[in-house]
Amino acid sequence: MSLKYEAIVVGAGPAGITAAYELARRGRDVLLIERGPYPGSKNVMGGILYTYPLREIIPNFWEKAPLERPILEQRYMLLDDDGHVAFAFRDPSWSDPPNAFSVLRAKFDQWYAAQAVAQGALLINETTVTELIVEDERVVGVRVDRPEGDVYADVVILADGANSLLAKQIGFHKEWLPEEVALAVMEVLSLPKDTIESRFNIGPEEGVSIEMLGEATLGLPGMAWLYTNKESLSIGVGVTLSSLREARMKPYALLERLKAHPTVQRLIEGSKPEEYLAHLIPEGGYRSIPRLVGHGVVVTGDAAQFVNAVHREGSNFAILSGKLAAEVVDEALSLGDTSENVLVRYRDRVMRGVIGADLKKYADTIPLLEKNPHYLKHYMPRLHGALRELFTVDGIPKKEKQKRMIELLTADRGKWGAARDVWRLGRAMW
Amino acid sequence: MASKIEEKLYLTRFQAAEQSHLTVIDHDVCLTKCTEKWCTHFCPTDVYRWEGTRMHVGYEGCVECGSCRIGCPYGNIHWVYPEGGKGVVYRLA
Repeated sequence: MSLKYEAIVVGAGPAGITAAYELARRGRDVLLIERGPYPGSKNVMGGILYTYPLREIIPNFWEKAPLERPILEQRYMLLDDDGHVAFAFRDPSWSDPPNAFSVLRAKFDQWYAAQAVAQGALLINETTVTELIVEDERVVGVRVDRPEGDVYADVVILADGANSLLAKQIGFHKEWLPEEVALAVMEVLSLPKDTIESRFNIGPEEGVSIEMLGEATLGLPGMAWLYTNKESLSIGVGVTLSSLREARMKPYALLERLKAHPTVQRLIEGSKPEEYLAHLIPEGGYRSIPRLVGHGVVVTGDAAQFVNAVHREGSNFAILSGKLAAEVVDEALSLGDTSENVLVRYRDRVMRGVIGADLKKYADTIPLLEKNPHYLKHYMPRLHGALRELFTVDGIPKKEKQKRMIELLTADRGKWGAARDVWRLGRAMW
Repeated sequence: MASKIEEKLYLTRFQAAEQSHLTVIDHDVCLTKCTEKWCTHFCPTDVYRWEGTRMHVGYEGCVECGSCRIGCPYGNIHWVYPEGGKGVVYRLA
Protein backbone atom coordinates (compact mmCIF):
# COMPACT_ATOMS: atom_id res chain seq x y z
CA MET A 1 0.00 0.00 0.00
CA SER A 2 1.19 3.55 -0.70
CA LEU A 3 2.04 5.29 2.54
CA LYS A 4 0.01 8.48 2.15
CA TYR A 5 -3.76 8.74 1.72
CA GLU A 6 -6.22 11.58 1.72
CA ALA A 7 -8.11 9.82 4.50
CA ILE A 8 -7.60 6.81 6.74
CA VAL A 9 -10.63 5.28 8.44
CA VAL A 10 -9.92 3.13 11.50
CA GLY A 11 -12.49 0.36 11.99
CA ALA A 12 -14.85 -1.32 9.52
CA GLY A 13 -18.16 -1.09 11.38
CA PRO A 14 -21.21 0.91 10.26
CA ALA A 15 -19.56 4.30 10.93
CA GLY A 16 -16.21 3.50 9.32
CA ILE A 17 -17.60 1.69 6.29
CA THR A 18 -20.01 4.57 5.64
CA ALA A 19 -17.21 7.16 5.89
CA ALA A 20 -15.02 5.12 3.53
CA TYR A 21 -17.92 4.56 1.10
CA GLU A 22 -18.86 8.23 0.98
CA LEU A 23 -15.27 9.43 0.53
CA ALA A 24 -14.47 6.83 -2.15
CA ARG A 25 -17.68 7.74 -3.99
CA ARG A 26 -16.39 11.32 -4.17
CA GLY A 27 -13.16 10.06 -5.71
CA ARG A 28 -11.08 10.40 -2.55
CA ASP A 29 -8.09 8.18 -1.87
CA VAL A 30 -9.23 6.35 1.27
CA LEU A 31 -7.80 3.49 3.32
CA LEU A 32 -10.14 1.50 5.58
CA ILE A 33 -8.29 -0.48 8.30
CA GLU A 34 -9.93 -3.42 10.08
CA ARG A 35 -8.26 -5.45 12.83
CA GLY A 36 -10.39 -8.59 12.37
CA PRO A 37 -9.97 -11.20 9.62
CA TYR A 38 -13.00 -9.62 7.90
CA PRO A 39 -15.38 -6.73 8.63
CA GLY A 40 -17.93 -7.90 11.17
CA SER A 41 -15.69 -10.48 12.81
CA LYS A 42 -15.32 -8.24 15.88
CA ASN A 43 -18.67 -6.49 15.67
CA VAL A 44 -21.75 -7.23 17.74
CA MET A 45 -25.23 -5.78 17.93
CA GLY A 46 -28.65 -6.98 19.07
CA GLY A 47 -29.28 -6.38 16.27
CA ILE A 48 -31.81 -4.10 14.71
CA LEU A 49 -30.68 -2.08 11.70
CA TYR A 50 -32.93 0.85 10.81
CA THR A 51 -33.17 1.55 7.11
CA TYR A 52 -32.66 5.27 7.76
CA PRO A 53 -30.12 6.69 7.01
CA LEU A 54 -28.51 3.86 5.02
CA ARG A 55 -31.34 3.99 2.45
CA GLU A 56 -30.17 7.51 1.53
CA ILE A 57 -26.67 6.20 0.84
CA ILE A 58 -27.62 2.99 -0.97
CA PRO A 59 -31.28 3.26 -2.11
CA ASN A 60 -33.24 0.03 -1.69
CA PHE A 61 -30.21 -1.64 -0.10
CA TRP A 62 -32.53 -4.30 1.32
CA GLU A 63 -32.96 -5.78 -2.15
CA LYS A 64 -29.27 -6.76 -2.19
CA ALA A 65 -27.91 -6.84 1.36
CA PRO A 66 -27.83 -9.98 3.53
CA LEU A 67 -30.52 -9.08 6.07
CA GLU A 68 -32.66 -11.30 8.26
CA ARG A 69 -36.30 -10.19 8.68
CA PRO A 70 -38.03 -6.81 8.29
CA ILE A 71 -39.36 -5.85 11.72
CA LEU A 72 -43.13 -5.36 11.49
CA GLU A 73 -43.86 -5.63 15.16
CA GLN A 74 -42.21 -4.27 18.29
CA ARG A 75 -43.10 -5.93 21.57
CA TYR A 76 -42.19 -4.77 25.05
CA MET A 77 -42.35 -7.04 28.04
CA LEU A 78 -41.98 -6.31 31.69
CA LEU A 79 -41.02 -9.65 33.20
CA ASP A 80 -42.10 -10.57 36.69
CA ASP A 81 -40.75 -13.62 38.57
CA ASP A 82 -42.75 -15.98 36.40
CA GLY A 83 -45.22 -13.81 34.46
CA HIS A 84 -45.15 -10.63 32.44
CA VAL A 85 -46.89 -7.42 31.38
CA ALA A 86 -46.68 -6.88 27.63
CA PHE A 87 -47.29 -4.25 24.99
CA ALA A 88 -47.11 -4.76 21.24
CA PHE A 89 -47.16 -2.44 18.26
CA ARG A 90 -47.67 -3.86 14.78
CA ASP A 91 -47.90 -1.93 11.55
CA PRO A 92 -48.03 -3.53 8.08
CA SER A 93 -46.87 -0.23 6.55
CA TRP A 94 -43.44 -1.04 8.00
CA SER A 95 -42.97 -3.50 5.16
CA ASP A 96 -42.91 -0.84 2.44
CA PRO A 97 -40.71 1.07 2.82
CA PRO A 98 -39.21 -1.08 5.57
CA ASN A 99 -38.40 0.67 8.85
CA ALA A 100 -35.90 -1.80 10.27
CA PHE A 101 -34.42 -5.27 9.81
CA SER A 102 -32.93 -7.82 12.12
CA VAL A 103 -29.36 -8.48 10.99
CA LEU A 104 -26.43 -10.72 11.75
CA ARG A 105 -23.46 -8.39 11.71
CA ALA A 106 -20.71 -10.74 10.54
CA LYS A 107 -22.64 -11.17 7.29
CA PHE A 108 -23.95 -7.65 6.91
CA ASP A 109 -20.71 -5.80 7.63
CA GLN A 110 -18.84 -7.90 5.07
CA TRP A 111 -21.40 -6.99 2.44
CA TYR A 112 -21.43 -3.31 3.35
CA ALA A 113 -17.61 -3.12 3.33
CA ALA A 114 -17.61 -4.74 -0.12
CA GLN A 115 -19.82 -1.87 -1.35
CA ALA A 116 -17.24 0.65 -0.08
CA VAL A 117 -14.50 -1.31 -1.86
CA ALA A 118 -16.59 -1.26 -5.06
CA GLN A 119 -16.65 2.55 -4.77
CA GLY A 120 -12.86 2.55 -4.67
CA ALA A 121 -11.93 2.36 -0.98
CA LEU A 122 -8.93 0.20 -0.08
CA LEU A 123 -9.81 -2.26 2.70
CA ILE A 124 -7.00 -3.81 4.73
CA ASN A 125 -8.01 -6.56 7.16
CA GLU A 126 -6.02 -8.20 9.98
CA THR A 127 -4.35 -4.92 10.85
CA THR A 128 -4.50 -3.33 14.28
CA VAL A 129 -3.85 0.38 14.63
CA THR A 130 -1.68 0.58 17.72
CA GLU A 131 -1.52 4.38 17.94
CA LEU A 132 -2.12 7.65 16.15
CA ILE A 133 0.90 9.52 14.84
CA VAL A 134 0.78 13.06 16.17
CA GLU A 135 3.08 15.86 15.00
CA ASP A 136 2.78 19.46 16.20
CA GLU A 137 -0.63 18.77 17.83
CA ARG A 138 -1.93 17.39 14.58
CA VAL A 139 -2.89 13.81 13.76
CA VAL A 140 -0.93 12.92 10.63
CA GLY A 141 -1.35 9.16 10.39
CA VAL A 142 -1.57 5.82 12.14
CA ARG A 143 0.92 3.24 13.35
CA VAL A 144 -0.11 -0.33 12.52
CA ASP A 145 1.17 -3.72 13.65
CA ARG A 146 2.44 -4.64 10.20
CA PRO A 147 5.95 -4.53 8.81
CA GLU A 148 5.06 -1.40 6.78
CA GLY A 149 4.55 0.36 10.10
CA ASP A 150 3.43 3.95 9.64
CA VAL A 151 0.74 5.14 7.24
CA TYR A 152 -0.01 8.83 6.73
CA ALA A 153 -3.12 10.78 5.76
CA ASP A 154 -4.51 14.31 5.63
CA VAL A 155 -7.33 13.19 7.93
CA VAL A 156 -7.85 10.17 10.19
CA ILE A 157 -11.47 9.19 10.90
CA LEU A 158 -11.78 7.26 14.14
CA ALA A 159 -14.47 4.58 13.93
CA ASP A 160 -12.75 2.16 16.28
CA GLY A 161 -15.81 1.33 18.32
CA ALA A 162 -16.97 1.33 21.94
CA ASN A 163 -13.54 1.03 23.53
CA SER A 164 -12.41 4.18 21.71
CA LEU A 165 -8.74 3.68 22.56
CA LEU A 166 -7.39 6.07 19.92
CA ALA A 167 -9.52 9.06 20.98
CA LYS A 168 -8.32 8.34 24.52
CA GLN A 169 -4.69 8.31 23.35
CA ILE A 170 -4.98 11.89 22.06
CA GLY A 171 -6.82 13.08 25.17
CA PHE A 172 -10.32 13.44 23.67
CA HIS A 173 -11.64 11.52 26.70
CA LYS A 174 -9.99 10.11 29.78
CA GLU A 175 -11.59 6.69 29.91
CA TRP A 176 -15.21 5.63 30.12
CA LEU A 177 -16.55 5.14 33.63
CA PRO A 178 -18.28 1.83 34.47
CA GLU A 179 -21.63 3.67 34.51
CA GLU A 180 -21.02 5.02 30.98
CA VAL A 181 -20.97 1.59 29.34
CA ALA A 182 -23.32 -1.40 29.34
CA LEU A 183 -21.92 -4.90 29.08
CA ALA A 184 -24.09 -6.89 26.69
CA VAL A 185 -23.95 -10.65 26.26
CA MET A 186 -25.96 -12.52 23.70
CA GLU A 187 -26.49 -15.80 21.91
CA VAL A 188 -27.65 -16.72 18.46
CA LEU A 189 -30.05 -19.67 18.75
CA SER A 190 -30.95 -21.63 15.64
CA LEU A 191 -34.60 -22.59 15.22
CA PRO A 192 -36.48 -23.82 12.13
CA LYS A 193 -38.09 -21.11 10.03
CA ASP A 194 -41.60 -22.55 10.35
CA THR A 195 -41.31 -22.80 14.12
CA ILE A 196 -40.26 -19.15 14.35
CA GLU A 197 -43.16 -18.03 12.17
CA SER A 198 -45.84 -19.96 14.01
CA ARG A 199 -44.45 -19.25 17.45
CA PHE A 200 -44.12 -15.50 16.91
CA ASN A 201 -47.27 -15.21 14.79
CA ILE A 202 -45.52 -13.81 11.71
CA GLY A 203 -45.39 -14.48 7.98
CA PRO A 204 -42.39 -15.69 5.96
CA GLU A 205 -41.04 -12.17 5.36
CA GLU A 206 -41.89 -10.68 8.72
CA GLY A 207 -40.03 -10.22 11.95
CA VAL A 208 -40.59 -9.27 15.57
CA SER A 209 -38.42 -7.47 18.08
CA ILE A 210 -39.02 -7.96 21.79
CA GLU A 211 -37.43 -5.72 24.42
CA MET A 212 -37.64 -6.94 28.00
CA LEU A 213 -37.31 -5.15 31.32
CA GLY A 214 -37.85 -5.95 34.98
CA GLU A 215 -36.81 -9.43 36.04
CA ALA A 216 -35.16 -9.71 32.62
CA THR A 217 -32.25 -7.64 33.95
CA LEU A 218 -32.81 -8.52 37.63
CA GLY A 219 -33.97 -4.91 37.96
CA LEU A 220 -30.53 -3.61 36.98
CA PRO A 221 -30.43 -0.59 34.64
CA GLY A 222 -30.44 -2.06 31.17
CA MET A 223 -32.50 -4.09 28.77
CA ALA A 224 -32.88 -7.60 27.43
CA TRP A 225 -33.96 -8.47 23.91
CA LEU A 226 -35.15 -11.29 21.68
CA TYR A 227 -35.18 -10.75 17.91
CA THR A 228 -36.31 -13.04 15.13
CA ASN A 229 -33.84 -13.79 12.34
CA LYS A 230 -34.57 -15.94 9.29
CA GLU A 231 -33.69 -19.25 10.89
CA SER A 232 -32.44 -18.16 14.27
CA LEU A 233 -33.17 -15.95 17.26
CA SER A 234 -30.85 -13.38 18.81
CA ILE A 235 -31.26 -13.20 22.58
CA GLY A 236 -29.25 -10.98 24.86
CA VAL A 237 -29.11 -8.82 27.93
CA GLY A 238 -27.14 -5.66 28.62
CA VAL A 239 -26.77 -3.77 31.91
CA THR A 240 -24.46 -0.98 33.00
CA LEU A 241 -21.05 -2.32 33.98
CA SER A 242 -21.25 -0.43 37.28
CA SER A 243 -24.52 -2.12 38.31
CA LEU A 244 -23.38 -5.55 37.13
CA ARG A 245 -20.19 -5.19 39.16
CA GLU A 246 -22.14 -4.06 42.21
CA ALA A 247 -24.53 -7.03 41.87
CA ARG A 248 -21.55 -9.41 41.62
CA MET A 249 -23.34 -11.16 38.80
CA LYS A 250 -21.73 -13.00 35.97
CA PRO A 251 -23.25 -11.60 32.78
CA TYR A 252 -23.83 -15.03 31.29
CA ALA A 253 -25.67 -16.05 34.47
CA LEU A 254 -28.02 -13.13 33.78
CA LEU A 255 -28.51 -14.48 30.26
CA GLU A 256 -29.21 -17.99 31.54
CA ARG A 257 -31.78 -16.66 34.02
CA LEU A 258 -33.49 -14.85 31.17
CA LYS A 259 -33.55 -17.96 29.01
CA ALA A 260 -35.06 -19.96 31.87
CA HIS A 261 -37.90 -17.49 32.52
CA PRO A 262 -41.20 -19.26 31.63
CA THR A 263 -42.26 -16.55 29.16
CA VAL A 264 -38.92 -16.60 27.37
CA GLN A 265 -38.30 -20.31 27.67
CA ARG A 266 -41.42 -21.09 25.64
CA LEU A 267 -40.30 -18.75 22.89
CA ILE A 268 -36.83 -20.27 22.54
CA GLU A 269 -37.74 -23.89 23.30
CA GLY A 270 -36.04 -26.43 21.05
CA SER A 271 -33.50 -23.94 19.76
CA LYS A 272 -29.79 -24.67 19.59
CA PRO A 273 -27.08 -22.19 20.66
CA GLU A 274 -24.81 -21.36 17.72
CA GLU A 275 -22.64 -18.53 19.00
CA TYR A 276 -22.00 -16.66 22.25
CA LEU A 277 -20.97 -13.00 22.05
CA ALA A 278 -20.17 -10.09 24.35
CA HIS A 279 -19.58 -6.41 23.68
CA LEU A 280 -19.76 -3.03 25.35
CA ILE A 281 -22.48 -0.54 24.46
CA PRO A 282 -21.57 3.10 25.08
CA GLU A 283 -24.58 4.33 27.07
CA GLY A 284 -23.24 7.45 28.71
CA GLY A 285 -25.30 9.62 26.38
CA TYR A 286 -25.04 13.35 25.88
CA ARG A 287 -22.72 14.14 28.79
CA SER A 288 -20.27 11.42 27.82
CA ILE A 289 -19.70 12.61 24.25
CA PRO A 290 -15.93 13.10 23.97
CA ARG A 291 -14.19 15.86 22.06
CA LEU A 292 -15.14 15.07 18.45
CA VAL A 293 -12.68 17.02 16.33
CA GLY A 294 -9.01 17.97 16.29
CA HIS A 295 -6.43 18.93 13.68
CA GLY A 296 -6.58 16.10 11.13
CA VAL A 297 -8.96 13.90 13.12
CA VAL A 298 -12.68 13.28 13.73
CA VAL A 299 -14.47 10.72 15.96
CA THR A 300 -17.59 8.80 14.83
CA GLY A 301 -20.07 6.13 15.95
CA ASP A 302 -19.66 4.14 19.17
CA ALA A 303 -16.22 5.69 19.70
CA ALA A 304 -18.07 9.00 20.18
CA GLN A 305 -20.79 7.51 22.46
CA PHE A 306 -23.44 8.06 19.76
CA VAL A 307 -26.04 5.66 21.21
CA ASN A 308 -29.61 6.35 22.27
CA ALA A 309 -29.96 3.59 24.84
CA VAL A 310 -33.64 4.31 25.56
CA HIS A 311 -34.61 3.58 21.95
CA ARG A 312 -31.81 1.07 21.31
CA GLU A 313 -30.54 3.16 18.41
CA GLY A 314 -26.84 3.05 17.64
CA SER A 315 -25.98 1.74 14.20
CA ASN A 316 -28.18 4.41 12.61
CA PHE A 317 -26.22 7.12 14.45
CA ALA A 318 -22.98 5.39 13.49
CA ILE A 319 -23.94 5.46 9.81
CA LEU A 320 -25.16 9.06 9.99
CA SER A 321 -22.01 10.25 11.78
CA GLY A 322 -19.83 8.42 9.24
CA LYS A 323 -21.74 10.15 6.44
CA LEU A 324 -21.39 13.60 8.03
CA ALA A 325 -17.69 12.98 8.71
CA ALA A 326 -17.11 12.07 5.05
CA GLU A 327 -18.95 15.18 3.84
CA VAL A 328 -16.88 17.49 6.03
CA VAL A 329 -13.58 15.71 5.33
CA ASP A 330 -14.31 16.03 1.60
CA GLU A 331 -14.94 19.76 2.01
CA ALA A 332 -11.75 20.16 4.05
CA LEU A 333 -9.69 18.32 1.43
CA SER A 334 -11.13 20.55 -1.31
CA LEU A 335 -10.23 23.64 0.71
CA GLY A 336 -6.76 22.27 1.36
CA ASP A 337 -7.32 22.85 5.07
CA THR A 338 -7.85 19.79 7.26
CA SER A 339 -7.24 21.64 10.50
CA GLU A 340 -9.80 21.75 13.28
CA ASN A 341 -10.98 25.12 11.90
CA VAL A 342 -12.73 23.34 9.02
CA LEU A 343 -13.33 19.90 10.57
CA VAL A 344 -15.31 21.55 13.38
CA ARG A 345 -18.18 21.66 10.87
CA TYR A 346 -18.55 17.93 11.58
CA ARG A 347 -19.23 18.55 15.25
CA ASP A 348 -21.68 21.33 14.42
CA ARG A 349 -23.65 19.18 11.96
CA VAL A 350 -23.75 16.21 14.35
CA MET A 351 -24.87 18.26 17.31
CA ARG A 352 -27.44 20.31 15.38
CA GLY A 353 -28.90 17.23 13.71
CA VAL A 354 -30.85 14.26 15.06
CA ILE A 355 -27.88 12.72 16.91
CA GLY A 356 -27.25 15.79 19.04
CA ALA A 357 -30.96 16.47 19.50
CA ASP A 358 -31.86 12.96 20.64
CA LEU A 359 -28.85 12.49 22.90
CA LYS A 360 -29.62 15.83 24.53
CA LYS A 361 -33.27 14.91 24.98
CA TYR A 362 -32.36 11.74 26.90
CA ALA A 363 -29.32 13.20 28.67
CA ASP A 364 -30.85 12.65 32.11
CA THR A 365 -32.65 9.34 31.60
CA ILE A 366 -29.90 6.77 32.10
CA PRO A 367 -28.20 8.75 34.93
CA LEU A 368 -31.60 9.02 36.69
CA LEU A 369 -32.21 5.26 36.50
CA GLU A 370 -28.62 4.55 37.49
CA LYS A 371 -28.77 6.79 40.55
CA ASN A 372 -32.31 5.75 41.56
CA PRO A 373 -32.47 1.96 41.37
CA HIS A 374 -35.96 1.97 42.91
CA TYR A 375 -37.46 2.88 39.53
CA LEU A 376 -36.56 -0.54 38.25
CA LYS A 377 -36.49 -2.49 41.51
CA HIS A 378 -39.54 -1.03 43.25
CA TYR A 379 -42.11 -0.02 40.65
CA MET A 380 -41.70 -2.69 38.01
CA PRO A 381 -42.54 -5.71 40.20
CA ARG A 382 -45.34 -3.72 41.83
CA LEU A 383 -46.87 -2.77 38.51
CA HIS A 384 -47.33 -6.47 37.85
CA GLY A 385 -48.94 -6.89 41.28
CA ALA A 386 -51.23 -3.90 40.73
CA LEU A 387 -52.48 -5.27 37.42
CA ARG A 388 -53.03 -8.69 39.00
CA GLU A 389 -55.25 -6.95 41.55
CA LEU A 390 -57.20 -5.20 38.80
CA PHE A 391 -57.71 -8.20 36.53
CA THR A 392 -58.45 -10.83 39.17
CA VAL A 393 -62.21 -11.25 39.67
CA ASP A 394 -62.90 -12.20 43.28
CA GLY A 395 -65.94 -10.22 44.40
CA ILE A 396 -63.94 -7.20 45.58
CA PRO A 397 -65.40 -3.98 44.12
CA LYS A 398 -63.21 -2.20 41.55
CA LYS A 399 -63.13 0.97 43.65
CA GLU A 400 -61.56 -0.99 46.50
CA LYS A 401 -59.16 -2.62 44.05
CA GLN A 402 -58.04 0.77 42.77
CA LYS A 403 -57.31 1.81 46.34
CA ARG A 404 -55.22 -1.31 46.86
CA MET A 405 -53.36 -0.69 43.61
CA ILE A 406 -52.41 2.84 44.66
CA GLU A 407 -51.35 1.55 48.09
CA LEU A 408 -49.23 -1.14 46.49
CA LEU A 409 -47.55 1.24 44.04
CA THR A 410 -46.87 3.97 46.57
CA ALA A 411 -45.92 1.75 49.52
CA ASP A 412 -42.52 2.70 50.95
CA ARG A 413 -42.29 5.68 48.62
CA GLY A 414 -45.36 7.53 49.96
CA LYS A 415 -47.89 9.28 47.73
CA TRP A 416 -45.78 12.42 47.43
CA GLY A 417 -42.63 10.39 46.87
CA ALA A 418 -44.35 8.41 44.14
CA ALA A 419 -45.72 11.58 42.54
CA ARG A 420 -42.21 13.06 42.55
CA ASP A 421 -40.80 9.86 41.02
CA VAL A 422 -43.32 10.01 38.18
CA TRP A 423 -42.62 13.71 37.60
CA ARG A 424 -38.85 13.22 37.51
CA LEU A 425 -39.01 10.25 35.18
CA GLY A 426 -41.44 12.10 32.93
CA ARG A 427 -39.12 15.09 32.75
CA ALA A 428 -36.14 12.86 31.94
CA MET A 429 -38.03 11.03 29.20
CA TRP A 430 -40.32 13.55 27.57
CA MET B 1 -28.58 -25.92 26.35
CA ALA B 2 -25.20 -24.29 26.65
CA SER B 3 -25.50 -23.09 30.22
CA LYS B 4 -21.88 -23.32 31.37
CA ILE B 5 -19.32 -20.82 30.15
CA GLU B 6 -17.09 -23.61 28.78
CA GLU B 7 -20.00 -24.75 26.61
CA LYS B 8 -20.66 -21.20 25.44
CA LEU B 9 -17.03 -20.58 24.52
CA TYR B 10 -17.00 -23.81 22.57
CA LEU B 11 -19.47 -22.11 20.20
CA THR B 12 -17.28 -19.09 19.62
CA ARG B 13 -14.30 -19.14 17.28
CA PHE B 14 -10.91 -17.87 18.41
CA GLN B 15 -7.63 -17.33 16.61
CA ALA B 16 -5.31 -17.22 19.61
CA ALA B 17 -2.29 -14.93 19.50
CA GLU B 18 1.01 -16.12 20.94
CA GLN B 19 1.28 -13.14 23.26
CA SER B 20 -1.31 -11.93 25.75
CA HIS B 21 -2.91 -8.59 24.98
CA LEU B 22 -4.03 -8.36 28.63
CA THR B 23 -1.61 -7.62 31.45
CA VAL B 24 -2.19 -7.32 35.17
CA ILE B 25 -0.04 -4.29 35.95
CA ASP B 26 0.71 -5.03 39.61
CA HIS B 27 -0.14 -8.48 40.97
CA ASP B 28 0.25 -7.15 44.52
CA VAL B 29 -2.81 -4.94 44.03
CA CYS B 30 -4.96 -8.03 43.30
CA LEU B 31 -3.51 -9.80 46.33
CA THR B 32 -3.63 -7.06 48.93
CA LYS B 33 -6.06 -4.32 47.83
CA CYS B 34 -8.74 -6.07 45.79
CA THR B 35 -10.60 -8.26 48.26
CA GLU B 36 -13.52 -8.80 45.86
CA LYS B 37 -11.52 -9.85 42.76
CA TRP B 38 -14.08 -7.88 40.77
CA CYS B 39 -12.90 -8.93 37.32
CA THR B 40 -13.57 -12.58 38.15
CA HIS B 41 -17.26 -11.68 38.58
CA PHE B 42 -18.11 -9.58 35.56
CA CYS B 43 -15.81 -10.84 32.80
CA PRO B 44 -18.22 -12.41 30.27
CA THR B 45 -15.85 -15.26 29.42
CA ASP B 46 -14.16 -15.91 32.79
CA VAL B 47 -10.76 -14.82 31.50
CA TYR B 48 -9.70 -13.99 35.06
CA ARG B 49 -9.29 -16.75 37.62
CA TRP B 50 -7.93 -16.22 41.12
CA GLU B 51 -5.42 -18.88 42.01
CA GLY B 52 -4.96 -18.22 45.71
CA THR B 53 -2.13 -15.72 45.45
CA ARG B 54 -2.16 -14.64 41.84
CA MET B 55 -4.59 -13.65 39.09
CA HIS B 56 -4.47 -16.05 36.18
CA VAL B 57 -5.25 -14.37 32.85
CA GLY B 58 -6.62 -16.78 30.22
CA TYR B 59 -6.37 -14.25 27.38
CA GLU B 60 -7.03 -16.95 24.77
CA GLY B 61 -10.76 -16.87 25.63
CA CYS B 62 -11.06 -13.07 25.68
CA VAL B 63 -13.76 -11.59 23.42
CA GLU B 64 -12.17 -8.12 23.64
CA CYS B 65 -15.15 -6.35 25.19
CA GLY B 66 -13.02 -4.06 27.37
CA SER B 67 -15.04 -4.47 30.59
CA CYS B 68 -12.02 -5.43 32.70
CA ARG B 69 -10.07 -2.32 31.71
CA ILE B 70 -13.01 -0.07 32.64
CA GLY B 71 -14.38 -2.14 35.51
CA CYS B 72 -11.19 -2.76 37.51
CA PRO B 73 -11.54 -0.23 40.35
CA TYR B 74 -7.75 -0.04 40.64
CA GLY B 75 -7.07 0.56 36.95
CA ASN B 76 -4.78 -2.43 37.23
CA ILE B 77 -5.34 -4.03 33.82
CA HIS B 78 -3.32 -2.96 30.81
CA TRP B 79 -5.56 -3.65 27.83
CA VAL B 80 -4.79 -3.44 24.13
CA TYR B 81 -6.30 -5.12 21.09
CA PRO B 82 -4.73 -8.41 20.01
CA GLU B 83 -2.49 -8.22 16.94
CA GLY B 84 -4.33 -7.93 13.63
CA GLY B 85 -6.31 -11.03 12.66
CA LYS B 86 -6.01 -12.61 16.12
CA GLY B 87 -8.50 -12.98 18.95
CA VAL B 88 -12.22 -13.62 18.70
CA VAL B 89 -13.69 -14.21 15.22
CA TYR B 90 -17.48 -13.85 15.25
CA ARG B 91 -19.22 -15.77 12.48
CA LEU B 92 -22.81 -14.63 13.07
CA ALA B 93 -24.12 -11.61 14.94
